[in-house]
Amino acid sequence: MSRRVVITGAGAVSGFGYGAGALWEGLCAGSSAIAPIEAFDAAGMRCGLGVEARGFSAKDHVPKSYRKAVKVMARDIELAVGAAKDAVERAGIVTKGAGDGAEPTYRPDQVGCQIGAGLIAADVSELAMALSTSTDDSGRFSYQAWGESGINNLTPLWLLKYLPNMLACHVTIIHEACGPSNTITCGEASGLLSIGESLRVIQRSDAELCFSGGAESKVNPMGVLRLEYAGRLAGAEDCEGVAPESIVRPYDPGSPGGVVGEGAGILLLEARDSAEARGADALAEIVGFGAGQSPRSTEPEQRAEGLTIAVENALSEAGLEPGEIDAIMPAATGVPRLDETEAHALQSVFGPGASGTPLITLPGAIGDTMAGAGALQACVGAMCVKEQRLPARLHGGSPAHGMDAGASESREAKLERVLVCTGSLGGQNAALVLARA
Amino acid sequence: MIDDRSRVVITGMGWVTPLGHDVTSVWSKLLAGQSAMGPITRFDAKSFTTNFAAEVRDFSLDGFLADTSAHEGAHRNSQYALAAAAQAWRQAGLGDVSKPGHPHSGHPSLEPRRLGIYLGAGEGILDFDNYVSANLAGWDPESRTMRGSEWGRVAHETMTPVCELEQEPNMPLAHIAEAFCARGPAYNTLTACAASTQATGEATEILRRGDADVMIAGGAHTMIHPLGITGFIRLTALSAASDDPVRASRPFDATRNGFVMGEGAGIMILERLEHALARGATPLVEVVGYGSSADAYRITDIQPEGMGAVASMNEALTEAGIDPLATDEHGRPLIHYISAHGTGTKENDSIETRAVKRVFGENAPKIPMSSIKSMMGHLIAAAGAVELIVCAQSIASSFVPPTMNLNTPDPACDLDYVPNEARDLRGAPGGVRCAMSNSFGFGGQNDTIIIKSYEG
Repeated sequence: MSRRVVITGAGAVSGFGYGAGALWEGLCAGSSAIAPIEAFDAAGMRCGLGVEARGFSAKDHVPKSYRKAVKVMARDIELAVGAAKDAVERAGIVTKGAGDGAEPTYRPDQVGCQIGAGLIAADVSELAMALSTSTDDSGRFSYQAWGESGINNLTPLWLLKYLPNMLACHVTIIHEACGPSNTITCGEASGLLSIGESLRVIQRSDAELCFSGGAESKVNPMGVLRLEYAGRLAGAEDCEGVAPESIVRPYDPGSPGGVVGEGAGILLLEARDSAEARGADALAEIVGFGAGQSPRSTEPEQRAEGLTIAVENALSEAGLEPGEIDAIMPAATGVPRLDETEAHALQSVFGPGASGTPLITLPGAIGDTMAGAGALQACVGAMCVKEQRLPARLHGGSPAHGMDAGASESREAKLERVLVCTGSLGGQNAALVLARA
Repeated sequence: MIDDRSRVVITGMGWVTPLGHDVTSVWSKLLAGQSAMGPITRFDAKSFTTNFAAEVRDFSLDGFLADTSAHEGAHRNSQYALAAAAQAWRQAGLGDVSKPGHPHSGHPSLEPRRLGIYLGAGEGILDFDNYVSANLAGWDPESRTMRGSEWGRVAHETMTPVCELEQEPNMPLAHIAEAFCARGPAYNTLTACAASTQATGEATEILRRGDADVMIAGGAHTMIHPLGITGFIRLTALSAASDDPVRASRPFDATRNGFVMGEGAGIMILERLEHALARGATPLVEVVGYGSSADAYRITDIQPEGMGAVASMNEALTEAGIDPLATDEHGRPLIHYISAHGTGTKENDSIETRAVKRVFGENAPKIPMSSIKSMMGHLIAAAGAVELIVCAQSIASSFVPPTMNLNTPDPACDLDYVPNEARDLRGAPGGVRCAMSNSFGFGGQNDTIIIKSYEG
């Protein structure tokens, strides 16, 4: 019998700003954080709308002694560092970096860190400034000039801003987490797969507590370009005159796509016996996890295979029948091709229309947060279970496939168990079952 | 401790390295101390302070895979991964993907959902020339701002969807899943230079739990491209001895001055012992210990006492039930070979030495510990998997590969690094039965794996 694992802290940075509290309020109020992109001049992109964590800077959320290090953090890293701090505070945990020098709750070697990340894009202006020093007479880039001297215009630690493992590394340094440490890079599934890894690490007693989740910002030129190329973004013409909360339309075959976003979700997973011993108030228990891989295919039934396997395995570990799930939080991107795949998977497990199980959908409010997505889903899922409430659902059209995903207000609900799941661009899928603690 | 049901063995291995593309021939070259270093040919690096690397040469996916149609846009990292996996798959007796037919032809009852993948693969290669064009077109030097409309116009004109999407670090995994029809648990980790050791360790854990019967595990990476080399030059992590690339990587030597960039892939077939035996497969080695830790010290420096490395080694030893301070009846330590992380940077090699001494005490100088990075460079995310295959080869042959270019002793590096000549341990009682592989990532993530000869 493996150890039981609970979530004792849920931290977030999202389009609603710093904190899982702000996220929960925004979601329950039925607001959308979609707005014109301010982080860069998006005039050359397919759509100028996005979701940004405006006003958020990691500088405001790290110990004073660590402020200088924020300079070597890509936006993705800042988001993760912020969400980790939020999680620690909400969990009532003391670490080296949070808790005003009090004795840390756990020994450093008892604390692990599994944080998923994306392909972090270098800052184009920073590189352009350096690259522009290395052109030949015709104004074209010269490798020779770059190698000789231009290269020195890049800050020495430039590379370290963009290594995906730096999300976890900064968090481990700030909070002195010396236990098992991992960085999953599987697109949108990164967050849930990381939570699955943390779960296993604690179950096999390699840690008592884990920082777990994911973060990404695609609100930069390369990020937006790549999402455009993946066919995931609505165009400017689709959004013109449409209220922000109506742009993303999950499971609507006529949906124009999603909106680029940024965000982080970091959970604190803790061995239940240890959490109880310190009198912690858990948000939820993780009772099942599953992962699976989908083939590349033109057929939605085949593409759905990996997610189906992930959900079945999560339910099987939890010892639950599909009918015992009270709400489902899928990726619900509003990208018809992805939604169709997801609907197939959910219907193959839950039956037609997923048996009317209510869905919880986030992208209309917080955008497409990629490696942050699964983690933010889990974070919201844990709060739903704790608060016994479904957040509002945004939708500007009509969901097909019989899915209960249309626009609705936030409401109280009996939520004993919530399924959180997602696929990813590379075909990896993950599913998590959260239960009332 | 590990019970019988959760034992995990390696049944197949394959790699693509700067020294060649099959396990046997590269192994001979490693024992002969050959070097793969040479001038960088992938781009014009002549004026760079480091203009050499260990490149994979004469490589083509043709011959490894009968059907490459699903992999046309694959970047080099994914191609290396596919070729390495094809070798491992065949050695494991699961099928021969160089011939037309189902990939599971050697074991038709293998359930796709019981076949998982755990890679430690790096990202693909930035479309550098087009990226530079867009950046220069958009950059306004006067206002020092990026004009989005110009950047976007050139970017859309020159950069292609396939090239962009294939850069995602989970693409090698996606290609392998496609080629080998895997539907089980699938992960990619990118803990920098520790990634593929971590992947192999976590794949083992998935098998121990019974969540899969077979895992394809390992890593693939290339950073031999303009921004990769640029990034490491700026970090002053690369050796800059441009006049003599063959002697540039000098792990544990007092004159060492950085690593040499390599590239490639190492892939293994890991399997639950029960499953391997039931299908008549031959276990090559058994995975007996895995440890993972974080320095939690500084982004730019290793914890000076090597405490992170100590923790990952100790965790792996504990799982393996091996006392690092014990010796056998012949006075030999229980670990017979250590594949060092051994990058050839000033900091790594001395701290790694300190960590090994802290863990093994008086046994430390008695354990041969070498770095093949002296010959094939640093394969970054792929390094750990390739080095674990080296450990398996050492166990199979009782030879251990040398650390080349080790001529000037460093008082801070005073262990047995097998300098300049392979070691024949066939005469040692028991030969090489148990080996440890260490990998430490930039930023402080550390991983250790211990493997043992399979003894029923």
